[in-house]
Amino acid sequence: MTSPNRPRSFQEVILRLQSYWAAQGCAILQPYDMEVGAGTFHPATTLRALGGRAWAAAYVQPSRRPTDGRYGENPNRLQHYYQYQVIIKPSPPGLQDLYLGSLRAIGLDPMVHDVRFVEDDWESPTLGAWGLGWEVWCDGMEVSQFTYFQQVGGHDCRPVSGELTYGLERLAMYVLGVEHVMDMPFNDPDAAIPLTYGDVFRQTEREYSRWNFDQADTQMLFDHFKDAEAECARILAADPVDGAGRTIPMAHPAYDQAIKASHIFNLLDARGVISVTERQAYIGRVRALAKGCADLFVTTEEART
Amino acid sequence: MPDLLIELFSEEIPARMQARARQDLKRLVTDGLVGAGLTYASAGAFSTPRRLVLTVEGLTANSPTTREERKGPRTDAPDAALEGFLRSTGLTRDQLTARDDKKGQVWFAVIERAGRPASDIVAEVLDSTIRNFPWPRSMRWGAGTLRWVRPLHSILCLLSDEAGSTVVPLTVEGIAAGNTTRGHRFLSPDAFTVTGFDDYAAKLRRAHVILDSHEREDAIRQAAGNLAFARGWEIVADDALLAEVAGLVEWPVPLMGVIEQRFLDLPPEVLQTSMKEHQKFFSARNPKTGRIEGFVTVANIETPDDGATILAGNQRVLAARLSDAAFFWQNDLREAKAGMQAWAEGLKSVTFHNKLGSQADRIERIAALAREIAPLVGADPDQAEQAARLAKLDLRSAMVGEFPELQGTMGRYYALAAGEADAVADAARDHYSPLGPSDDVPTAPVLVAVALADKIDTLTGFWAIDEKPTGSKDPFALRRAALGVIRLALENNTRFTLRDILFEARGISIGQEYKSGVKELTQKLLKDYEAAEATIAELNALDEGEVWHLNQILEKQENTTRIVSIEQARQVAEAYFGRFSFVENQASRLLIDDLLSFLHDRLKVYLRDQGIRHDIIDAVLAQPGNDDLVLVARRATALNAMLQTDDGKNLTQGLKRAGNILAQAEEKDGVEYSFGADAKFAETEQERALFAALETAEPAIKQAIATEDFPAAMTAIAHLRAPIDAFFDTVQVNTDHQIVRRNRLNLLHRIRAAGRQIADFTKVEG
Repeated sequence: MTSPNRPRSFQEVILRLQSYWAAQGCAILQPYDMEVGAGTFHPATTLRALGGRAWAAAYVQPSRRPTDGRYGENPNRLQHYYQYQVIIKPSPPGLQDLYLGSLRAIGLDPMVHDVRFVEDDWESPTLGAWGLGWEVWCDGMEVSQFTYFQQVGGHDCRPVSGELTYGLERLAMYVLGVEHVMDMPFNDPDAAIPLTYGDVFRQTEREYSRWNFDQADTQMLFDHFKDAEAECARILAADPVDGAGRTIPMAHPAYDQAIKASHIFNLLDARGVISVTERQAYIGRVRALAKGCADLFVTTEEART
Repeated sequence: MPDLLIELFSEEIPARMQARARQDLKRLVTDGLVGAGLTYASAGAFSTPRRLVLTVEGLTANSPTTREERKGPRTDAPDAALEGFLRSTGLTRDQLTARDDKKGQVWFAVIERAGRPASDIVAEVLDSTIRNFPWPRSMRWGAGTLRWVRPLHSILCLLSDEAGSTVVPLTVEGIAAGNTTRGHRFLSPDAFTVTGFDDYAAKLRRAHVILDSHEREDAIRQAAGNLAFARGWEIVADDALLAEVAGLVEWPVPLMGVIEQRFLDLPPEVLQTSMKEHQKFFSARNPKTGRIEGFVTVANIETPDDGATILAGNQRVLAARLSDAAFFWQNDLREAKAGMQAWAEGLKSVTFHNKLGSQADRIERIAALAREIAPLVGADPDQAEQAARLAKLDLRSAMVGEFPELQGTMGRYYALAAGEADAVADAARDHYSPLGPSDDVPTAPVLVAVALADKIDTLTGFWAIDEKPTGSKDPFALRRAALGVIRLALENNTRFTLRDILFEARGISIGQEYKSGVKELTQKLLKDYEAAEATIAELNALDEGEVWHLNQILEKQENTTRIVSIEQARQVAEAYFGRFSFVENQASRLLIDDLLSFLHDRLKVYLRDQGIRHDIIDAVLAQPGNDDLVLVARRATALNAMLQTDDGKNLTQGLKRAGNILAQAEEKDGVEYSFGADAKFAETEQERALFAALETAEPAIKQAIATEDFPAAMTAIAHLRAPIDAFFDTVQVNTDHQIVRRNRLNLLHRIRAAGRQIADFTKVEG
């Protein structure tokens, strides 16, 4: 498994992906500064997938899935983890080859490994979005999600964006040959102060697992959910013309509230206070927000062109 | 005679869609070619993950020239008529000929359509095929508008004959057809040109692509078998998995791995399901131990290290998956040994259907019903009830949460771990059976009781909330449940009056609603003053009896309707839900009639598949006792057999004729001829013979029906055929002699009555 070309740490996997996609012409963005469940929620993907403007971006997105917390004990599961996200619009004809190039860049040579594109349609009920594509398998392990966006927020994507999502911990563990995520070298193992993933995150996983499952104040969260929902609706309904006569619709601030509502819903779900039937209703409420934001973004884009 | 080769080269096509896509490509293209006037000798379609291919051999080079003569107006017709004719034919006047017709001189036009070259037709047909391809789900990509299952990269379209091959000129949304393709994504990525199908298939093979999915399947089956054989193992056959895997690779390279010792104690179904669902591995069984000990994964590439890296990676992923499975198994076993109370409790919060309560409610109903059915199928009621209570608990187990397809299978393991008897544990596994029409039907009495109760609860439940199957929509698989009931009854020869059981099921369900309704409302009435007011007002609006009853409850309460005691609240709630239960019980009869006729329809479908005509089943269903499915089937089978004989066919005619004459006379005379036929008024020998025959046949039929010996009943009535035929041949029923006529009509009644003992022959066709 070891070769000179192989990265030696978690961060090196990330850095190589950053360099690779920068070299392919993507804007290397920074993570969105809000709690999200996946890299797709970053407005650089959700909103930019809409409208006619060309776009190419790549970024790391810290993601939170409260229900996946295992107190740092499970070798593969985390409530906070990193996704690497690439989005290119319109999707270029050679996107599969570009993607395979990124695997080579992190030391996975498709001539030695078994790389396969296995059907997996993507759908986000909370974003009202879906696309067709694959999960990419490397030696039987899912290393990425590859999607051609067809709809976001209920709008047809024209042109279509190609979206790649790498689960960074899992991918890096495979590349580095590590069995437990907490044992994975975070920085160079030969550095003066070598740090493992566990050095960085073991304690936080424990703390957040407890808070997510047992401690989060559910009444407060229900209130926050309602507040975010109301604020989102208010921003969307606000007069696009401000006091100085400027037309400035506010799709992005509204979308922040939609993201917030979505994350609060995930927290409530982890606390086990949302029943099966209510669950659908909550998802529908978040979708309605996301759809409103998408509508406003699209009209704003149309007005700009 | 040219040959045609088409290749549609795309990004990876989902494996499950490939077989259908091959058929569709072949059908759409060949139908299009034939529709345009071409003929061909043979056609074949192929697929790999990245290509969809069609070869058509012996195609005609051109469509034929066609010549059509069309008749126009008379030569002396007004100019306008002639001009219209010229417009419609596209000809000029000098191209017409005038000939004599019945009505005089008439213009005739000959329209010739020149044949078209095959390449024009192919280009048109392929363009339309690509644009209208019926993918289950298709997509757009980039900035284009074309839809395909995944981005389409190139089109190869060649017509070839002895003189060589030519590309069919065709461009679909910027993709121009050519004569090049590519091999394996990694092993042979370069483009190459081809001249025809044989050349194409051969070059693909050199480029590490096996074109034919069946050949890939065979290669996988054989190589996997050899790998297993070398270790003294055998591959667990799985055709669906084989087809799927063959749709995921162009160059299959099976690799064998060993399952780590620490996972070998997992149930074989768990190993197999986990490996199949998550990894698409084949399972390898060691016949000496009977355990699953190894796996075969199929890579899509040959590597310099002979797959060592690939196998190591797969092994790692498997270990992670099986660690999860082992964790679930250990936790579940602990819960099973503790009695599974936590699972039973948990099912209270799992909704079965929002109008039919929780899974726990459902289990409660099935257990009560299984108890009632048990004596009818020779099962011990306690055991049947216990089996029903345990049968679905595994739905709460971690393993079934992970692998829903293991429901039942795990239930059996857990029931055994809980110390239950085999009969009870088996019910957990098999009470869902039969699912498909070819599934085995359970035979063990406890199992039959639970399986029937499960299906009947489903049917009566969804019928009560008016969620019946319509057309092709049957989201709750009620047709399957009905067929299950039918097969459980018929194949076990289980006798019961289905109507009674359906009533029982409804009663249990209504009772359950009553109980939970009363409980909830009692709580609510105590807490919520407005709800109490509204409920009492609603009850007051009902009929007199109710009001009287209500006054009795509330009397103690001095002119106020305020509810203060729990006892009072309970009584109001009981009055309220008693009303509901009463109405629902009233409605049960109609509901069950409707459900029974649905079951009869399914029985017809089932018996028709056994070669019994639907009209024969109708004739039998018109008899009393039609809710005893075994009885219906046996009657229908015997009647079906008789009606295939000459006697049977003619007898039907005779019985129908008797029935018709009788019905007309009864209509005309306004009386029913049903009694008093007397041989002494018989005038002819044939008439007397018929009396004699009836004297023998009537008791024989009666006896046979009483003992349910339907073939004997058929034989007995078949003996009436000759006398009835002879009677109608020689005797005039409606004579002027009123005594003789009445006697004969009464005789016809005896014939009709004899027939009625067996079936309603008026419903038999022919």
